[in-house]
Amino acid sequence: MSMNQFTKLTAIVAPLDRSNVDTDAIIPKQFLKSIKRTGFGPNLFDEWRYLDVGQPGEDSSQRPLNPDFVLNQPRYQSAKILLARENFGCGSSREHAPWALKDYGFDVVIAPSFADIFFNNCFKNGILPIPLPEKQVDDLFKAVESKEGYELTVDLEQQQIVTPAGQVIDFEVDAFRRHCLLNGLDDIGLTLVHAENIKAYEQKMREKTPWLFA
Amino acid sequence: MLAKTLYDKLWDAHVVRQEEDGTALIYIDRQLLHEVTSPQAFEGLRLAKRKPWRVSANLATPDHNVPTTELTGGVSSIKDPISRIQVQTLGTNTKEFGITEYGMGDVRQGIVHVVGPESGATLPGMTVVCGDSHTSTHGALGALAHGIGTSEVEHVLATQCLIQKKMKNMLVRVDGVLKPGVGPKDVVLAIIGKIGTAGGNGCAIEFGGQVMRDMSVEGRMTVCNMAIEAGARAGLVAVDDKTIDYVKGRHFAPKEEYWDAAVAYWSNFKSDLDAVFDKVIELDGSNIEPQVSWGTSPEMVASVNSVVPDPAKEADPVKAGGIRRALDYMGLKPNMAITDIAIDYVFIGSCTNSRMEDLRAAANIVKGRKVSPNIEQALVVPGSGRVKQQAEAEGLDKIFIEAGFEWRNPGCSMCLAMNADRLPPQKHCASTSNRNFEGRQGAGGRTHLVSPQMAAAAAVAGHFVDVREMMGVSL
Ligand code: SF4
Repeated sequence: MSMNQFTKLTAIVAPLDRSNVDTDAIIPKQFLKSIKRTGFGPNLFDEWRYLDVGQPGEDSSQRPLNPDFVLNQPRYQSAKILLARENFGCGSSREHAPWALKDYGFDVVIAPSFADIFFNNCFKNGILPIPLPEKQVDDLFKAVESKEGYELTVDLEQQQIVTPAGQVIDFEVDAFRRHCLLNGLDDIGLTLVHAENIKAYEQKMREKTPWLFA
Repeated sequence: MLAKTLYDKLWDAHVVRQEEDGTALIYIDRQLLHEVTSPQAFEGLRLAKRKPWRVSANLATPDHNVPTTELTGGVSSIKDPISRIQVQTLGTNTKEFGITEYGMGDVRQGIVHVVGPESGATLPGMTVVCGDSHTSTHGALGALAHGIGTSEVEHVLATQCLIQKKMKNMLVRVDGVLKPGVGPKDVVLAIIGKIGTAGGNGCAIEFGGQVMRDMSVEGRMTVCNMAIEAGARAGLVAVDDKTIDYVKGRHFAPKEEYWDAAVAYWSNFKSDLDAVFDKVIELDGSNIEPQVSWGTSPEMVASVNSVVPDPAKEADPVKAGGIRRALDYMGLKPNMAITDIAIDYVFIGSCTNSRMEDLRAAANIVKGRKVSPNIEQALVVPGSGRVKQQAEAEGLDKIFIEAGFEWRNPGCSMCLAMNADRLPPQKHCASTSNRNFEGRQGAGGRTHLVSPQMAAAAAVAGHFVDVREMMGVSL
């Protein structure tokens, strides 16, 4: 499966009960000096997750964890679905934020609302952001917190979330974006669908402006 | 046939596919790469097991992190380990994918926006992109050039195309004849002062009129460089004989066999006489005075012989607040004469003003004079190894050094202080760069944007001064 593909997933849900989580909280600015798009996972929510201040290049496995932070609780260790509050991903447009979520292992984020740029950046990086009505998110928070090992099934094809009790929650997603995610088409993949057009253009220009191809 | 603007023509010549929703797949002829915004793009290619679509369309050079002092140790001479890794990574990535890199110590290395035109990697009629907002510079050659984000860098590497929506057409016409001592930098600062930093939002700006026609190609690069400071991702100047003369003989320029065909093709890249623009702004070039920025945004500029604005005289409370905050940061008083602003640092360099004509203009002022004793540091940082070489051949290095300037190696340097060259807090710098944002040249530093000759004059006087006084020009 391509890193940008998402079809269906059943996984543990981690509840992050804060609103307005900004991208600097998702991945603090000192880590932007990295030359990689991967490896941000250990520094996801760095300031909340650890008791010390993280530095780029440091081995985070040796750092003191904040036991109160939700992702440090054993019951959420294998979570792939993040449940969050309104305006998730606000602030700076850094693409490092979805990179960090993905690298940590999150494939789905459910929240009442998302910041625009972050929302777009998710799709570019194979993460499915699902906006749900406030009330529904609230109910999910209660359910997740009351039962250890709480899992949800997220089915993009059907545009449905299924709870362990079999309750079905429908969700909306832009048809074009759904198509891209289901087929693992990132923008590049999409453009490459038109490879023949690109080649034809090059052939035409090879004749018209041969010096550019010399 | 419908009359077209230069931008329309460049756009039309590069459409690979037009989609119903108004987006188009646009072919990119040239991608320039530097060390800061490319690593994740290469990493993305690797992860997706993709290869560059057309290796030869790419050219890389490190510039943001390179030290401007001794380069003898090559990459290993970079002291900051994170900077060093970024520069090293550009080297390993370009090697892995077979992309040409002008690395540290190579005479062809330099600021990516100086290297592109200088090497002929940028040609008229091309589309040019780089993960850097000042890619607008290359539009001076009649190319469609703009900055892109890291995901798009990867997209261009992998597909040689970008998914784009067409911008609006804007014309900035500067007519008349510039006064002696007034140069391209003053023109572009005056334009930004007039239209503001959002004046060109959503537009490609074509710079036209008598002043632009009379201007050298290097001068046009200075103007197009700062199109982004006027809010426009792309700046453009029509192709003319000067453009063609400039390109001739450069490394990547068309060879003999194609030359005539290329010239004929390029000659079409100008707006039709009856082309319609969405927006037209006019300036009288003969009224432009040497400019100095006094605030923390490039639109906060004034003529050298005027005064710092008074927020109390500003009717708009939002603007007044902006002026107050800027003056506070800059440590300036309302109504003080611009020429009373004392200078601590001088920086002649950056992709705006580090080419031969810039260095010649500055050297011309400095020659036979000394840097004022109150100047703590005066730097000249040529835009590329080639510029440095040529300047040394003309003896400009000696002129600068004798006057008390430091003559450095090419790079971005104190334009953004990502390497070791930094403006200390509260120090005033006469800078030929393009951004005077808070902390741009170093945390707390106070940047004044000026032309190379105005920076040189400030270095000599220790404060701003109308350069024409030093040129023996009667005002
Ligand atoms: S010289 Fe300054 S503006 Fe130009 S590319 Fe370098 S950092 Fe950017």
